[in-house]
Amino acid sequence: MVASSLKLQELIQEIREAKTQAQEREVIQKECAHIRASFRDGDPLHSHRQLAKLLYAHMLGYPAHFGQMECLKLIASPRFTDKRVGYLGAMLLLDERQDAHLLITNSIKNDLSQGIEAVQGLALCTLSTMGSAEMCRDLAPEVEKLLLQPSAYVRKKAVLTAVHMIRKVPELSDIFLPPCAQLLHERHHGILLGTVTLITELCERSPAALKHFRKVVPQLVHTLRTLVMTGCSTEHSVSGVSDPFLQVQILRLLRILGRNHEESSETMNDLLAQVATNTDASRNAGSAVLFETVLTIMDIRSAAGLRVLAVNILGRFLLNSDRNIRYVALTSLLKLVQSDHSAVQRHRPTVVECLREPDASLSRRALELSLALVNSSNVRTMTQELQGFLESCPPDLRADCASGILLAAERFAPTKRWHIDTILRVLTTAGTYVRDDAVANLIQLIGGAQELHAYSVRRLYSALAEDISQQPLVQVAAWCIGEYGDLLLEGTCEETEPLQVEEDVVLALLERVLQSHMSLPATRGYALTALMKLSTRLHGDNNRICQVMSIYGSCQDVELQQRAVEYNALFRKYDHLRAAVLEKMPLVERGGPQVNEAAKESKEVAQLSEAAPVPTETQASKLLDLLDLLDGPSENAQHPPPLDPTPGDTLIHLLDLPCTPLPSAPIPNLKVFEREGLQLTLSFVRPPGTPTLLLITVTATNTSGGDVTHFICQVAVPKSFQLQLQAPSGDTVPAQGGLPMTQLLRILNPNKAPLRLKLRLTYDHFGQSVQEIFEVNNLPVETWQ
Amino acid sequence: MIKFFLMVNKQGQTRLSKYYEHVEINKRTLLETEVIKSCLSRSNEQCSFIEYKDFKLIYRQYAALFIVVGVNDTENEMAIYEFIHNFVEVLDDYFSRVSELDVSFFSAVSQVFHTSWQRTG
Repeated sequence: MVASSLKLQELIQEIREAKTQAQEREVIQKECAHIRASFRDGDPLHSHRQLAKLLYAHMLGYPAHFGQMECLKLIASPRFTDKRVGYLGAMLLLDERQDAHLLITNSIKNDLSQGIEAVQGLALCTLSTMGSAEMCRDLAPEVEKLLLQPSAYVRKKAVLTAVHMIRKVPELSDIFLPPCAQLLHERHHGILLGTVTLITELCERSPAALKHFRKVVPQLVHTLRTLVMTGCSTEHSVSGVSDPFLQVQILRLLRILGRNHEESSETMNDLLAQVATNTDASRNAGSAVLFETVLTIMDIRSAAGLRVLAVNILGRFLLNSDRNIRYVALTSLLKLVQSDHSAVQRHRPTVVECLREPDASLSRRALELSLALVNSSNVRTMTQELQGFLESCPPDLRADCASGILLAAERFAPTKRWHIDTILRVLTTAGTYVRDDAVANLIQLIGGAQELHAYSVRRLYSALAEDISQQPLVQVAAWCIGEYGDLLLEGTCEETEPLQVEEDVVLALLERVLQSHMSLPATRGYALTALMKLSTRLHGDNNRICQVMSIYGSCQDVELQQRAVEYNALFRKYDHLRAAVLEKMPLVERGGPQVNEAAKESKEVAQLSEAAPVPTETQASKLLDLLDLLDGPSENAQHPPPLDPTPGDTLIHLLDLPCTPLPSAPIPNLKVFEREGLQLTLSFVRPPGTPTLLLITVTATNTSGGDVTHFICQVAVPKSFQLQLQAPSGDTVPAQGGLPMTQLLRILNPNKAPLRLKLRLTYDHFGQSVQEIFEVNNLPVETWQ
Repeated sequence: MIKFFLMVNKQGQTRLSKYYEHVEINKRTLLETEVIKSCLSRSNEQCSFIEYKDFKLIYRQYAALFIVVGVNDTENEMAIYEFIHNFVEVLDDYFSRVSELDVSFFSAVSQVFHTSWQRTG
């Protein structure tokens, strides 16, 4: 056995000589077989060597669980070499998941009470590495005793073990709380460091401990001050800074103690300023301490001057040539930008510089920070920079950059034209990375800027002529060309160079988009509808367009096919309605389900009216009862239009777009009903864009002493009118002139016939239920002419 | 909190590894190869902190050996960076001019490692 067992060095030599993975595996397997045999036979003299080899194999990734029991045996042996390897093995092979780990608890206990420093050290080390919750609970008293041992080495290890125990079993904090205060007075830096860590852990886990330890803030301040002020002892100095690790740890603890606590923060203020000014930042160690100071200042309730100091330190970091320092500066500035916006603004040029970094983590941080720094005064320059960045940045940052630019443009755009230009530029550079609603937003924006129609359609046309691969751009351009094609052909526009565009060229371009394999189905839909709209806008004959429609009438894509068939129908059977159907779209408002539909083609406008009648569904049944009182049933717009809308309905529903009522020449209000203090008044509005539409607001006010409850108002109109009753604001009219109840009526009067209304009211008033029916014939002439 | 500590050479062989959270044995090799790949692809121009999945990697190159530490968000990256250097200095003192060969041969490196890394766990 002895002859074939290698020393660890030799084993390693063999493994290194193995040329392939398979050879290495062979060597290790052979050796493991030997080791297993040796464990079985129990060779006490060399078992530590075997275990060492096994541990090496384990580090390389080979299974080594059969060594666990051997670890236990070695730990129990009295020889130090055995113990050493045994504990090492325990640390590597045993963890909470193995059942065997509890077995070493006893050995550890014995070793801890032995009194030999090195052994105690080993035991503590192992305990702190792999101690499970049960082990910690069992051995906590032992460890606490060792905290007071005369030997500094043991005390240091005991403190570190205590840290681990607190992490595993927070309830043990009661045991470890009392010795902490005393340990803080230690001279030995190692123990001090361990104690500070221990206190940090205790404070993080229990608010009671946090309160308890606020008392030691002065002590910590004093310790840190001596560290900073006294010259560095060679024992603890790292590149000119005395024990930066201890400094950083104390600063972290001060941060936790000072958070949200005025008093402690005040005690720390001077010290933090002192540390910040005295630390030499030319080497990494000093920078680390400064960074931690900045983090602490940001977190506690510090004075304003201190915060400015912190931002300035970060600004200095940004100018440093070392990339690591710039990275941490950017990260912290990002956290600060919410609270100290103006202070961070001063460093904006440097941040923008960092955008040009070749390093991906730096440029990402710089991008986020730049986007956060955009405001109305610097939006033009910042967007310029960001667009430059967009052109050259790596693909994973493009989406963020593009949406960031679009968002900033939306919030701070100085003029509409600039806004449109910016979005256009983003679409041409990074079109495939923008979010889906960018198209809708842009369309809505262009639609709203009437004076810029000619300009935008020209820009978009030129962009499209160059490149039809960026889908969002193509979609917007197709829509614009369709809507404003006549402006494109006019040839005059002050804001861009004159562009002579022939009709055929425009049609050819749209056909190219339709046929291109790069176009998405949605894009094709846009192009098809644009072609259709151009049939009314352009003056040439429409044969070409008709041809396209008939071709696509048998397209594979169902959506395109449906559209083409409907447009064909428009050409053939309903040509007289074509102009009206395809006229320019009115401006749609943002927000609300109707709007997103309106941003697409006019075909879907027919389904728009679906949205409006929905709130009036409940009124439908009651209204139907009322209808037989009038001459013949009146049409309600509540029947949902058929799935294939006939053009007649299309026309009416097209005009039925919901829009906020705009005041035109005011029509006087009409009081139609009064009884026992309850009054009903009608106010009229004729929106200027739609000549046949009348909006009536019914207002119910109550000046009596009692509330009117369960108030329901129903209206009927003669046969040729269309009525929509929207939901009332409430069904209770409070007494003594309380908040009046309002209800909106929309009446369409295509024939301009005189308007009559029949109203039916039901409500409860003074404990009685009342029902009233009356006609209103004296409506002012302006309401229906 | 430190998640793991690795010493890997340029060919991807792990010389020392210590995990402070449990990671399966087979996942370890995967993690190590990915980490070393991202470290090797960095040039001298780039900074030593990488964002990898949900933690940060702080690495430092010494000749042909990379020391990589994975931490979560709460750590001061620069302090860890300094600490890596401190550790290498300790090894240097112990072996008097340490080299990769020493690290790969000497399993007592493990011991040195464990005692000095008890700082914050």
